[in-house]
Amino acid sequence: MTAGVDLGRPQAQAIRSDEDVVRVRQLVRTFAVSARLSLVDQTKLVTAASELARNTLVYGGGGSAEVTVVEDDRRRGVRIVFADSGPGIPDIDLALTDGYTTGGGLGLGLSGARRLVDDFDIWTTVGEGTRITVTKWSR
Amino acid sequence: MALSAEESGRLARLLSEHGERLTRRWTEIVATSLRGRLSQAELARQVQELHRSMIDAGENGLTDLSSEQGGELRAVLAELSRGRARQGFTATETAISVYALKDVLLELMEENHEGSALRDFVAFSGLIDQMGLFTFETYTRTRESLIADQAEQLLELSTPVVKIWEGVVAVPLVGTLDSARAQVVMERLLQTLVDTGSPYAIIDITGVPAVDTQVAQHILKTVVAARLMGADCIISGIRPQIAQTIVALGIEFGDIATKASLADALRQVLRLTGVETRRHQRRES
Repeated sequence: MTAGVDLGRPQAQAIRSDEDVVRVRQLVRTFAVSARLSLVDQTKLVTAASELARNTLVYGGGGSAEVTVVEDDRRRGVRIVFADSGPGIPDIDLALTDGYTTGGGLGLGLSGARRLVDDFDIWTTVGEGTRITVTKWSR
Repeated sequence: MALSAEESGRLARLLSEHGERLTRRWTEIVATSLRGRLSQAELARQVQELHRSMIDAGENGLTDLSSEQGGELRAVLAELSRGRARQGFTATETAISVYALKDVLLELMEENHEGSALRDFVAFSGLIDQMGLFTFETYTRTRESLIADQAEQLLELSTPVVKIWEGVVAVPLVGTLDSARAQVVMERLLQTLVDTGSPYAIIDITGVPAVDTQVAQHILKTVVAARLMGADCIISGIRPQIAQTIVALGIEFGDIATKASLADALRQVLRLTGVETRRHQRRES
């Protein structure tokens, strides 16, 4: 399953189509398995990645995802950075409200993704783009 | 423009003068690269056809493959590379069928050394390069259309709606549920509900690796559509990790019945329809 992927180094995946969202998901799953996340945490991280990758595609007009295995003193984890140079998010608090959507979805993608991961960091500037960094740690 | 009309004429002359020897050598080189995966007779026929249409094109003063005089030659090349693509040869193996002509021509022209040989060879090469590229493009197009066909077949294959009991149909979902598939699933399910007159449907998501908001939304829409037609839906195959993810995401299934397994869902439906299930003690005789 990990064939052809060097997990010691960050792996980038462009997000330009629905197929790319699936590729991001598979890449994240491979990393999550190698970082020894539990099955529940793997599923949570993969689902969060799926939401954020789709946001990058739909609202950011495409971008990229970079996946890395990270380590601190006690534990390993997987970090993903989603970046796009789309319109940015004018009101982050509103965007993070459950049920708020501008695209006809359930409005749970961004807020739900935040609940699915351990660390969630969002940088956005209107007119410049959005960068979201998420990390899930093994327990 | 790959070559001038005079050069084109010289190429045609060269090809027809040494016809037999040239096609034999050409076939040999290609056969080596294909390693016997195409019959000699078939290969010889292809090479001869290509050879003949090149002579025709040269005699008509072909200067560029994309020109009008190149029509026949393009058709032959397209047929060749389509065949190769469908038979599973690689792009390189396909292009070599054309590029091998360069080796043959070089051997031939080194023997009959003339003053303008080098210049001619470069010009001929230009045309052969164009032919190679054209082969390549046709090859890629053919493979792309094959892949598109397969994706469509897969879409059909992966969304069966099965009747599992009188009045109960089930949809086992496997893999990624994108918008296209969700649409197919919904259509199939609704049609099957009508065809079988079933009041119950079970959507089993055991084979869906991740349920995100998009997947959930597709499932919810399908359930609502089925309800509008008077059918009750149960979602089954919710594994522990999926349940926890759905809760964390904040997705609400409302009053839609969900079960851990397809068996549980079927048992529930049977209970609702008044069918009694019980175990028989098997009598040992």
